[in-house]
Order: sequence, then structure tokens, then C-alpha cells
Amino acid sequence: MTPAPVLRLDGVTRRFGRVVALDDLTLEVGTGEVVGLLGHNGAGKTTTVRLLAGLLGPDAGLVRVGGLDPVVDGAAVRQRLGVLPARPIVDDRLTGTQNLAFAAAVFGMAPDVARDRAEELLAAFGLAARADERVGGYSTGLRQRLSLARVLLTEPEVLLLDEPTAALDPVAARQVISTLAVLASRSDRTVVVCTHDLAEAEALCDRVIVLANGRSIAEGSPAELAAAHRPGELHFDVGAAQAGHAAEVLARLVSGAPRVLAGGRVSVTGVGHDEVPQLVRHLVAADVPVHEAVRSRPSLEEVYLALHGAIPSEGERP
Amino acid sequence: MRWSRVLAVVRRDLTVALGSKAIVLPAVIVPLLLLVVLPTAIGLAPRYVDADALGDVEQLLVLLPAEVLGTLPEDPALLGAVVTLTYLLTPLILLVPVMLSTVLAADGIAGEQERGTLEGLLLTPLSDRELATAKLLTAWVPAVVIGLLGAALYAMVTNLTLGRQMGEWLLPTTEFMVLAVWTGPTFGAAALGAVSLVSVRSRTTQDAFQLGGFVVLPVVAMVVGQGAGLLLLSVWALVGAGMVAAGAAVLLLVAATRSLSRPRLGPRLG
Repeated sequence: MTPAPVLRLDGVTRRFGRVVALDDLTLEVGTGEVVGLLGHNGAGKTTTVRLLAGLLGPDAGLVRVGGLDPVVDGAAVRQRLGVLPARPIVDDRLTGTQNLAFAAAVFGMAPDVARDRAEELLAAFGLAARADERVGGYSTGLRQRLSLARVLLTEPEVLLLDEPTAALDPVAARQVISTLAVLASRSDRTVVVCTHDLAEAEALCDRVIVLANGRSIAEGSPAELAAAHRPGELHFDVGAAQAGHAAEVLARLVSGAPRVLAGGRVSVTGVGHDEVPQLVRHLVAADVPVHEAVRSRPSLEEVYLALHGAIPSEGERP
Repeated sequence: MRWSRVLAVVRRDLTVALGSKAIVLPAVIVPLLLLVVLPTAIGLAPRYVDADALGDVEQLLVLLPAEVLGTLPEDPALLGAVVTLTYLLTPLILLVPVMLSTVLAADGIAGEQERGTLEGLLLTPLSDRELATAKLLTAWVPAVVIGLLGAALYAMVTNLTLGRQMGEWLLPTTEFMVLAVWTGPTFGAAALGAVSLVSVRSRTTQDAFQLGGFVVLPVVAMVVGQGAGLLLLSVWALVGAGMVAAGAAVLLLVAATRSLSRPRLGPRLG
């Protein structure tokens, strides 16, 4: 069950001209949850973030952040939010320090508190040595790190991160993910991460919501999604000598064709948790020694691709 | 309205503007050329240039008020310089507030969209009203202050170059004061409103400059008209022109304030 929702969209539709960006979308995010919004470009992730931040209003439906309407109580809502858009939000003509000082001033932070916090973040993100340089001379990765520092400066209750590592090199991306993982571990902080990077989502998120064409097409923890949409293959280790015979036995019991794999293993798909003991009994009764039965867990990427029909579902596989 | 937020944006936008040569150079060079170099050259001309080279100034005198004619010098070269600097070229001081408010508004609004920093600004707790107030003040206040400084420099140069020969300070006249403290700021405000509206709809600063450039045309027409001796604006004409500009400014700034809001800007984010 979702904790008390701090973010809520209820039947939200948002159009841009003839394009329907969100189509009757309903979702809730509880306090302290780390939720991933997954979807192709145009799935509605950025529109969702902008609705939550009050940059857009819904054409229909209800949007609430901490019980407040972001359009009506925008200032109060944005005071609680830390939003990192896909593009760096820092100004090229200001220095790193000036960018953070501006954010602190506009969020109403006390100057001495803001200065200490800025120094801490600049050091944490490896920007201290270049803090007094204009951002125009930074690489894209450095800009994105500074943007993240700016978002974290005000210690927001809710973080909305739109593609936080999209512009980063692998080392910087790993650093940002580690930072986000630490932030996410705080029980009082709610984090929503919009991402294409499914490994990132799997590493960070308690729950993921898969969007397609402005609708939620699946929701749950990565494990729940895997169980519901791509249960994974069941591998029987029966030894090389018996693998062919085992495949014949299993072919009479399961819907899909078993595959004989290297190392004396036979793989079947579409088998539920409760069916496993029965399959083992049949194999043993047919004089097949079952040394091990292991279910492979599909990655979130496999689940995502299956949901979007990019790879055939288990039942459709030849 | 929280003024601390407004001032934070004003400070940041001015720092950003000062970081751009494309803004700083015209903001310094144009006022210097128009309000210092040009009047200095004209003011010094009677000392170094033959009166014949200055052309016939008699045609200019018909435009001047009758009470002024008796105070003018008889030396044709000095007469030409005095009439030109005291009456004909004074509308140049309008160009500075108009041009600067145009440049700063285009950079602060269209430039913000072009640099991709608008979304970051909209994501702060600034209310729409605070945002619009900050953006408009950032452009108008420096434009008016620099416009007044430019007018003061123009008057100083005119007095320094011609005052000794005339035995009195020539500026400010009443017309000059009205131009500097009323017509200039109201024209600047009207230009700001127009360019702000254009800038909200522009993707780049260049687009905003091109479309916003039209607002400078009435001022240019006034400067050219008076400079060419085709018209001479009286105090009341200048007050009236300022009132028309103020009325236009109110309408345009109200519309600009509505445009500088999340419901209008949010859907335009890329």
C-alpha cells in the first residue's frame, strides 16, 4: 500500500493543441517513496513533472502536491519541490557560486546558511575549484552537476528529477546515482525520477510507473512488474546426458517449447511458481536427475521492452 | 509580493546582462557617441570650422519660439551650434531609454528562453507577478537611470563647449527637462511593454530585437524630424507625446505582465 500521498494526479489529461500528452493519468507517490517514471520520449514524463511543479495546468483532472494545487498555490508548492529538468538550469553568464546564491536568495534561505550549504555541495560534486568560473566554460556534465547542486541547495522535501544523468559521462552518472541513492534513503524525502536508464531506475526506485502515450500501462516494484509481465525463464540443471530427454518430458507439460542450453540445462518459459514442484516430480519420475531449478529474473529493461512490445512476450516467443 | 525575491531576480538579471558584450557595448557606445561625442564635435565646431561650411541656419530659426530669437548669437557658426545642440538634437536623449529598455527586455525574456534558463526560473517559488515585476524593472530602471545620466552628460557637454562663448548655461531648457524626466521614461516604458510582449513569443534574442526594433522608429522619426528642422516640439507637445506613450505603456505593460506568467510561458518550454 502506498504511504500517504504527497504527489497525486487523478484522471489528469493535458493536451498541446491536438497532441494528448497525458490521457486520464492517475498516479500517487507516497512520502518517502522513490518512484521511477519510465517511458519513451513523448510518453508524458516531462509533462507530469511540469504539472506537479505548476508550470502547466491540467485540461482535466486533479493535481495535488502535499494537498495543494500547484496552479493555485504555486509558490508554496515550488518552495517544497526541488525540480531538475532535463536541460541544465544554471546560467552560463554567472559563476557556479552566483548561480547557487541566486537560488538561495529566491528560495529565501538565510545567507550564511546558504553559503555553507553551497560550499558543501560544490565540494561534494567536485566543483569547488571552479566555483568562481563562469558556467559558460563548464562541460555539459559539470553544468548538470551544478544544476543538481542548485536543486539540492534548498533541501527540498520532494525531488522531481527529469533525466538526471542523461548528459553525464559514466563516471559522473555513477556519482550522481550514488548521491541520489543516499538522498533517496532518507525516509522523509520523496523522489520521482524520470528516466530512460532502466538500470538507474532499478538501482534507485522502490516502485516504477511505466507511461506510454500519456497513460500508465504498468506500475509496481521492479520485481512485481517482472512477475506480472515477464516471469522469466526457469532453468533445470539436469546434466548434459539427460538434457534432451528432459526437454521431451517438459515439452508435454508446458505450453512453450523447452530449450536445451549449454552446460546440461533446459529452459522453459511461462511456468508459474506453483507449477515448479510438479515439473520436478515429472522429471524425476522420468529418471531425469534434477540437480537444480533456478528462475532467472529478467531485468527491468526486459520488462520494459516487453511492455512496449519491442520484444515478444513469453507466450509469443517461438 | 515578496520584494526580496524580486530584487534577487533583478540583481541576477543585471549581472547576466553585464556579462554580455552584446549588451554592454551598445549600452556604453551608443550613449557615448550620441550624447557625448556628437555634441562635443558640434559644440567645438564654431571654433575650428568656417561658418560657411555649416550651411544656412536661417531656415532653422523660423522653427524657434519668438522669445528665444533675441537671445541667440549673431555669429552664424555659433548660432548654428547653439540651435542644433539646444533645440534640434535634444530628442537624441530619448533614444537611450528606448534602446536600453529594448535591449534589456529582449535579453531578459527572449534571452532567458534562448539560454534554456527560463524553466529553472519558473521552477522557483517566484509568483507570476513577482516574475513579471522583476523582469520589467530590470529593463526599465537601468534604462531610465542611464537615460538621465546621458541627458546630464549631453547638457554638460553643451554647456562646456558653448556656455563660455554664450556667457550662460544653455541647458537644461524646460523642453530638455520635460524630454529627460517625462518623455524619455514614458517612451522607455512603452518600448519595454512592446518588446516584452514580442520577447515572450520569440525563441531567440535576435528575433526579439528584429521585431522589437519597430518600437524605436517613432523616436527615430522624432529625432530626424527635429534634427532636419522639419518640426520643433514644444513643451506641451512633449508633455502630450509623453502622455500618449504613458497610456500605451500602461496597456502594453499590463499585457506583458499577463504574458510573463506560467500559464503562457509553461506551454512554450521546449
